[in-house]
Amino acid sequence: MQTVVSQTSPPKKSFLYDPKVRGIFYQVVVVAAIVFLFYAAASNAIENLQRAKIASGFGFLNNTAGFDISQTLIQFSAAGSTYGDAFIVGLLNTLIVSAIGIFFTTILGFMVGIARLSKNWMVAKVAMVYVEVLRNIPLLVQLLFWYIAVLGALPQPRNSLDMGAGFYLNSRGLFMAKPIWGSNISVIIAALAIGVVATFVYRRWARKQQEQTGRQYPVGKVTLALILGLPILTWIALALAGANPITFEMPRKGTFNLTGGQQILPEFVALLLGLTTYTAAFIAEVVRAGILAVSKGQSEAAGSLGLTPGQTLRLVVIPQAMRVIVPPLTSQYLNLTKNSSLAVAIGYPDLVQVFMGTVLNQTGQAIEVVVITMGVYLTISLVTSFIMNIYNRRVAIVER
Amino acid sequence: MSTAVDVPRFVRAKQVEALPPPNLARGPIAWIRENLFSGPLNTVLTLVVFYLLYVSVPPLVRFLFIDAVWTGSDRAVCRADSGGSETGACWAFIWDKINYFIYGSYTISERWRVDVFFALLAIGVVWLLWLRAPRRDLGAVYFFWIFPVVSYILLTGGNADLGVRFWIGFAIFGALVIALFAFFAALLKASMRPAFIMSGGIVAVIGITLALVDIDFGLAHVPTSLWGGILVTLLVATVGIVVSLPFGIVLALGRRSKLPIIRMASVIFIEFVRGVPLITVLIMANTMLPLFLPGDITVDRLLRPLIGTALFASAYMAEVVRGGLQAMPKGQYEGAMSLGLNYPQMMSLIILPQALRIVIPGIVNTFIGLFKDTSLVAIVGIFDLVKTIEASRIDPNWAAPTIGITGYAFAALFYFIFCFGMSRYSLGVERRLAAGQKR
Repeated sequence: MQTVVSQTSPPKKSFLYDPKVRGIFYQVVVVAAIVFLFYAAASNAIENLQRAKIASGFGFLNNTAGFDISQTLIQFSAAGSTYGDAFIVGLLNTLIVSAIGIFFTTILGFMVGIARLSKNWMVAKVAMVYVEVLRNIPLLVQLLFWYIAVLGALPQPRNSLDMGAGFYLNSRGLFMAKPIWGSNISVIIAALAIGVVATFVYRRWARKQQEQTGRQYPVGKVTLALILGLPILTWIALALAGANPITFEMPRKGTFNLTGGQQILPEFVALLLGLTTYTAAFIAEVVRAGILAVSKGQSEAAGSLGLTPGQTLRLVVIPQAMRVIVPPLTSQYLNLTKNSSLAVAIGYPDLVQVFMGTVLNQTGQAIEVVVITMGVYLTISLVTSFIMNIYNRRVAIVER
Repeated sequence: MSTAVDVPRFVRAKQVEALPPPNLARGPIAWIRENLFSGPLNTVLTLVVFYLLYVSVPPLVRFLFIDAVWTGSDRAVCRADSGGSETGACWAFIWDKINYFIYGSYTISERWRVDVFFALLAIGVVWLLWLRAPRRDLGAVYFFWIFPVVSYILLTGGNADLGVRFWIGFAIFGALVIALFAFFAALLKASMRPAFIMSGGIVAVIGITLALVDIDFGLAHVPTSLWGGILVTLLVATVGIVVSLPFGIVLALGRRSKLPIIRMASVIFIEFVRGVPLITVLIMANTMLPLFLPGDITVDRLLRPLIGTALFASAYMAEVVRGGLQAMPKGQYEGAMSLGLNYPQMMSLIILPQALRIVIPGIVNTFIGLFKDTSLVAIVGIFDLVKTIEASRIDPNWAAPTIGITGYAFAALFYFIFCFGMSRYSLGVERRLAAGQKR
């Protein structure tokens, strides 16, 4: 037996052909380029700032702001508050318009999305027109349009529209009763907390019962009764006992203007309308895609098991559709939050308008202001995508 | 062996009478019954929708068309107190300002140059988007090199007057680049020809571009502060797409790279930009760009938001392209490697042509988003279409109650036509691309 050992040593090649060496080389070049860019930018910035005599550092946050903001959720005054306070006011305004917008746009978006799949030709077509029109016009144009439409339709303060129940409407906004929290509001909060905990306990018990015995207990009604009913009952009981925890401050009509009460800015209404209707068009498409992604066999199988159409939708289609819907839905929520920065165009005092607008102009500390503002938005979106990843892992189809 | 189970059978002996035919299966009435009034719920829905349409559509039509004012030269026609109509849109205002909305304050005698720019843009877009157009590779060269250079010369007037010192500097730079390539070729013991062709090509492209910009074509200089209206809107969108596509491809390749630092840098850039609103990027470009450059260099006011939008669009484009790269079956990569292709060859000859083709709808959708987002440059004080409308709205000559709404209706119509057209196109391409996969 012969063994031919062919010693073909690989031909000597330059080490430069080694992919590892090349990889290191490319990365070194990239790092050098980035470092150079940052170094050049930083040294130029330092030089320019010194020449323009602009201070640096975050000390300006403690300086007196000296300007007023039209909507403040916390105490804020031109004389007594700092730029840091202004930042918090702006951030809260952004968050509140985003939160309320997300609430309404979800409802509207789901309605339109389901309407697009309706068997009713008319409903489906109207929903389609809604989506196509709203999606293809820039949000900025829609916002400006709403702002003019909303403002133009409203009367001067002296002839405010009296809508009853303490609601007044004029060109300075919507005025309504302002709740004043009494000292024993904590009792109601405690009642709400008890209701939430009790709901959780009850739901677990009901599920266990169903798994063991097959008997179904009403869940929705009990949840509603515990979470809403309990605090309301407590409130009524407290009010009857003469210790009403919530009193309302009504707006009073003066000769020229309304005083007191809670004012909702027309800018806020316009921004909310614009954001809600615009984002709803995108959510509608997400919802439609999600429902279409559940194959027809699923609902047919559910039907052949004897589930009613309602049960099929609730127990079979929606849980599966949600798996497809939720990730893009979250990114639409993020878009809404980021788009709320367009408030600057119509003068709603959100984070960008207050901080990147007024504060930046007053202090001139562009770098710090931009870093802080971007940091806020970045944090919001990173936290959301982190939560999203956890959710995705939970609902992902378990495969072999 | 008997396997038949003894089952009592039922055999029908008599013919069953045929069911009566459905009394209406086709025709318009049947269609209406089927689609609009098939049950109590549907009937109610249909009636509600009809009511909503009745409430909203006739006033809209009346406002936009029937009661609208079509001709006139000043506010009188749109004011009730001077005998005009206040209940309809004031299209006369748009008609009067249309040149401002298209060109901004661009020098009137030079506006033909803007028209040529629009035409060149249309040629480039059709060449690239029409899937059966001839020589689409030349189309890409046109759109990403010739068209930007020609447009720059047309719109600004060119004649950058770079000077002799600049050209000497450029000659040294060119020689250095060629020498560097030759040096590496020698180091790798590779043949010199491709190194010379590549480096010579790079230097030639840059040189020709600069030379064209430098030559005096006898066009008057038009400063960017005069540009405005649809010209700026389309310009921002065009620069966005021309820059973001190549840059996005590079970023996407970087994100899929095996080299950790390159991957990290791409991921950080993409996620950072996608995490912040465009308006903050624009404000950053506006306020921080001048800080980061040496004190004696000033950045054109129009150029700042252009850079901002281009960077912003690149990050989104990168994610679209990455989707295409990930959708490529692994066999394509392995096949290319087994043929002995190196990385650039594999990407440019095998992967990217296929990957880009399947993400055309995604690219168009990103572009629609970019096109809508161009309106945000108005917030940082650039005179795009929205800003020109804002500016004309407060013109005392046209002070009338319906002016604002009319102006924004015009803007909405403009954006809608473009975006809707593009979204239809992207749907069509999607359908065509899916045709191969249909069973």
